[in-house]
Amino acid sequence: MHLGESMRECEYSQISTRSSTPMETPYKKRTPKRKKWEAFPGRNKFYCDGRIMMAKQTGVFYLTLVLILVTCGLFFTFDCPFLAQELTPIIPVLGGALFLFVLGTLLRTSFSDPGVLPRATPDEAADLERQIDVANGTTGYRPPPRTKEVVINGQTVKLKYCFTCKIFRPPRASHCSLCDNCVERFDHHCPWVGNCVGRRNYRFFYMFILSLSFLTIFIFAFVITHIILSSYRKGFLTALKESPASVLEVVVCFFSVWSIVGLSGFHTYLISSNQTTNEDIKGSWSSKRGKDNYNPYSSGNIFTNCCMALCGPLPPSLIDRRGFIEADAPQMAPPTNGITMYGATHSQQSHMAAATPLLQQQSSEPVIITSSPENGTSLPARASLTLGGPCTSLPLGQPTPPTSTPSLSCHEAADMLPIHGHTLNHTHPLQEQAAVHHYLTPEEVPSPPGMLHCGSPLGHSHTVQASFYNPASQDSLHEDSVRGLVKLSSV
Amino acid sequence: MLCCFTVFIFCPTQFHNLQELRHSASLANKVFIQRDYSEGTTCRFQTKFPSELESRIELTLFEETVKTLNNFYAEAEKIGGQSYLEGCLACATAYLIFLCMETRYEKVLKKIAKYIQEQNEKIYAPRGLLITDPIERGMRVIEISIYEDRGSSGSSSGSSSVSGSTAR
Repeated sequence: MHLGESMRECEYSQISTRSSTPMETPYKKRTPKRKKWEAFPGRNKFYCDGRIMMAKQTGVFYLTLVLILVTCGLFFTFDCPFLAQELTPIIPVLGGALFLFVLGTLLRTSFSDPGVLPRATPDEAADLERQIDVANGTTGYRPPPRTKEVVINGQTVKLKYCFTCKIFRPPRASHCSLCDNCVERFDHHCPWVGNCVGRRNYRFFYMFILSLSFLTIFIFAFVITHIILSSYRKGFLTALKESPASVLEVVVCFFSVWSIVGLSGFHTYLISSNQTTNEDIKGSWSSKRGKDNYNPYSSGNIFTNCCMALCGPLPPSLIDRRGFIEADAPQMAPPTNGITMYGATHSQQSHMAAATPLLQQQSSEPVIITSSPENGTSLPARASLTLGGPCTSLPLGQPTPPTSTPSLSCHEAADMLPIHGHTLNHTHPLQEQAAVHHYLTPEEVPSPPGMLHCGSPLGHSHTVQASFYNPASQDSLHEDSVRGLVKLSSV
Repeated sequence: MLCCFTVFIFCPTQFHNLQELRHSASLANKVFIQRDYSEGTTCRFQTKFPSELESRIELTLFEETVKTLNNFYAEAEKIGGQSYLEGCLACATAYLIFLCMETRYEKVLKKIAKYIQEQNEKIYAPRGLLITDPIERGMRVIEISIYEDRGSSGSSSGSSSVSGSTAR
């Protein structure tokens, strides 16, 4: 019964499968077994045999890495000798420790599983479909957006159905359109880190930005000190000429410090009120929505909230990346209206580029897709579109996300539409020049269009952050698109 | 090793252990126990007794299983002195400590796996049922597979179609 892997990311290899795969035969086939990460349906990249998991677009992550390494390298090479001599050798030591911590948390954030929810097995999906049919009393006709209401600590929360993953999303979970996964306690997709930030890596992300703020301020302060001390002896210009690297460092640090310190402040606020970026942007728990609107997850105490977020238990990864794909799982008797409904909607998918046919549903495996190993884009039967161009903005300098592959985010409204030009939203690349940090909140189409309150971020008090995303234009576009879709559906 | 199958009027077949279940039964249906979010995002499963299992297992046994599982998960996600200590220690060592140590959550998950294995062997398999560990289903559902005896004739397959139709 072995659990241990060197990195304790996901450990659920074969231990408990004994209970679920009763068809163990004494003689196993000799065909080489594939690991589950190779057949992962989301748009993620895996390295080191499944130990490392990142988003598909990692260019900006390398930029982040380069910036940090170069700046710190220059600092240690050109400024530290002087400072160690003139002031104290503790400075390079402290700097070194900070640098290592920043790097460690960055890598941990980027490489770990943010809390991806595995997609429903065909049996589960069929069962859910059946229940929904029973609830609606109709078969064949697809009803309006599926939501389930749940009362959490006195507050009514709507659970939405994700058409891509075929599950009702747990509260606070969201579907990331870039990675094409539902992520638990989804905060945002961070291109700078090259991954989503969710339940499992939020604390690493926070530690990263916090320590990076300290590092930036540290470097900035000591480089300035270095220049000042040198210029006492040699004059300002000579000092600058002698250490041009310092100038570069000052420039980099000066521009980074505002955004990073601002971001740290923002996330400190979020942690203390136990909200996610997603919820804050949408104003889900803002008192402006209603007198009785409050955050049901918050414990009311700032200190407790902080402890919960940072020191709470770290849940294990739910996707077993390094386990082997079981080819022999037992299948249920051919399902009934569940699957035929999928078949019916399958015909709607005509414009889907890489639509893997529903046959995969019939295949014998919870973890299905074996066809496209490249990016695992198995597109289950949803003619779902990317709504919400607003927040699928991409980082500066990055090509827009693969518009050729119609990205599958789960949208209830999409359910209603036959075939609609998916380019509706995806083609406004929101290149925000000022925005250093793009919060790529997923496109959640709230079921009643009237509920679009995305404009509220303008009202929120995080002045530093307000400049980073331009919600007004995004939300009006978003609203238009949703209205358009709703109209289509009513036709 | 094949045992004798006793066919009851209501309870179709009786299996003596998991092995027999695997070799001589066919999967008839699966029941999914969904998550209960009324207390927030902590892991809890609904204790509502599914109708498909009414003829298979006693309510009390089922409820006890689900409640014990819920307690295990609550223990894993409990926020208290020990979890804080673990969190702070981990942060102080730049999370490297997890290379040598198991998190508390993982320890509890191992306990859960053992518990489910034991429940399957003692209680569920003899009734032709099998519980799948929720971790394998992304902690979304407890999947209970209902098996029907392949070997016996008319009555059990008749009852399977009955149970099948009630599930619809």
